[in-house]
Amino acid sequence: MVIWDHFRHFVASVAAWFTTSANWKGSTGIPELVWRQAELSLAVVVGAIIVGGGIGLVLGHTGRGGLVAVNAANAARAVPSLALLTLFAIVPWISLKWGGFLAAFLALVVLAIPPILTNTYVGMREVDAEVRDAAKAMGLTGGQVLRTVELPLATPFLMAGIRTASIEVVATSTLAAYVSYSDLGTPVISGLNTNNTVEAFAGALLVAALAAVVAMGLGVLQRILTPIPLRRTMPRGLGASAPREAPALA
Amino acid sequence: MGAAQPFFQWSYVTGQWSQISSDLLQHISLSLLALGIGLCLSIPLALLAWRYRVLRPPVFGFASTLYIIPSLALFAILGPITGYVASYPTAEVALVGYTLLILIWNTVAGLDAVPQDTREAATAMGYSRLAALVRVDLPLALPFVFAGLRVAAATVIGLVTVTALIGLGGLGRQITYGFNIGYYTPIIVGLVLSVVLAALCDLLIVAVQRLAVPWSRSSRRARVR
Repeated sequence: MVIWDHFRHFVASVAAWFTTSANWKGSTGIPELVWRQAELSLAVVVGAIIVGGGIGLVLGHTGRGGLVAVNAANAARAVPSLALLTLFAIVPWISLKWGGFLAAFLALVVLAIPPILTNTYVGMREVDAEVRDAAKAMGLTGGQVLRTVELPLATPFLMAGIRTASIEVVATSTLAAYVSYSDLGTPVISGLNTNNTVEAFAGALLVAALAAVVAMGLGVLQRILTPIPLRRTMPRGLGASAPREAPALA
Repeated sequence: MGAAQPFFQWSYVTGQWSQISSDLLQHISLSLLALGIGLCLSIPLALLAWRYRVLRPPVFGFASTLYIIPSLALFAILGPITGYVASYPTAEVALVGYTLLILIWNTVAGLDAVPQDTREAATAMGYSRLAALVRVDLPLALPFVFAGLRVAAATVIGLVTVTALIGLGGLGRQITYGFNIGYYTPIIVGLVLSVVLAALCDLLIVAVQRLAVPWSRSSRRARVR
């Protein structure tokens, strides 16, 4: 069986790629590439939480301008990340700053803000008006209402937004390798460019594994951070990974 | 290209229009094919998952797995399986994979949302199971299916650009071309046309929904958010 031999040979080559010690060492080694992808993704998500979460909280708390922000965020979703990555990568004053980090960071932040902003805003607006009024009647100031009442109640939504954004960012940061920020996308892109299917396949397995770990880890975190009385209403199991909203993976 | 190139040059659009329009057409055909196949696969899968609860974990698990794998990685993983990375089958299998979770999820949610009273009324009026499904359950689930279709269309149209990295075309070809020669205009052409395409596609789906489901005036409510 020619196909069977071909298949066995391919699997053996991929296994050989993983056991080659050179692929585990130095600046192009697997641990370093994983770290670089994690570093970029974490920076992006933190940046997006500050900007998107901040805007969502303020708009949700005041209840003003939300529709405009949500619509703008939805429009931003339609922008292909590849276009932003390449555009930032060739703008002279951004291009190769910090080894391509800045271009990748800016492009991915644009991708990560919409899900966090919309979910935070929706979560804030879902807080029962009576609960909010009761808190005010008890003499809580606006800031206290936000911190001790609205924020905990909006946590499931906020976390859903952070989770969606993180999954998208980790997935899309693979594309950053195309614009010279090296991470786990690097073996995939270089493998595709040189017709080295083994390298591309092995890199892709690592990317898929990282994406799965992030998706599952954040699912657990989402449960832990949700106030206990709210946990019952959360979707369980696989359902939790389904898109509540327009996803824009890449 | 010099450092002081203008942000956008119309002369590129007029000069290269034949290439741009052929990329646009390929983008549209890749997207439509993925959505069409995605719909054809997801409706029966959703019906199975809805009717037989035991099938839900495997169906959603399979679709979630495909959904979680980043597209570029999925291309590289599918390449050796379909035989050749830079091919329509590789691109389409991956793109269809991304539509499945969205479409199945929304269809099942729509079928689950049919009120029990309505279903009982259908039974009382003598509808068989199949007749009730075709004439009661599915029509009532349509707003959800359309909501899923809108999300799936937006996702696929954005993702098709990535197929340029495996040597296919679509508007991603404009983007990679602009990047390779350090020229803004083609990237912006690719970006703007893909956003416009997504917006037009969304309007089209809403229009079809208005015709097919005239009783659900507000498509906004059905959209799972």
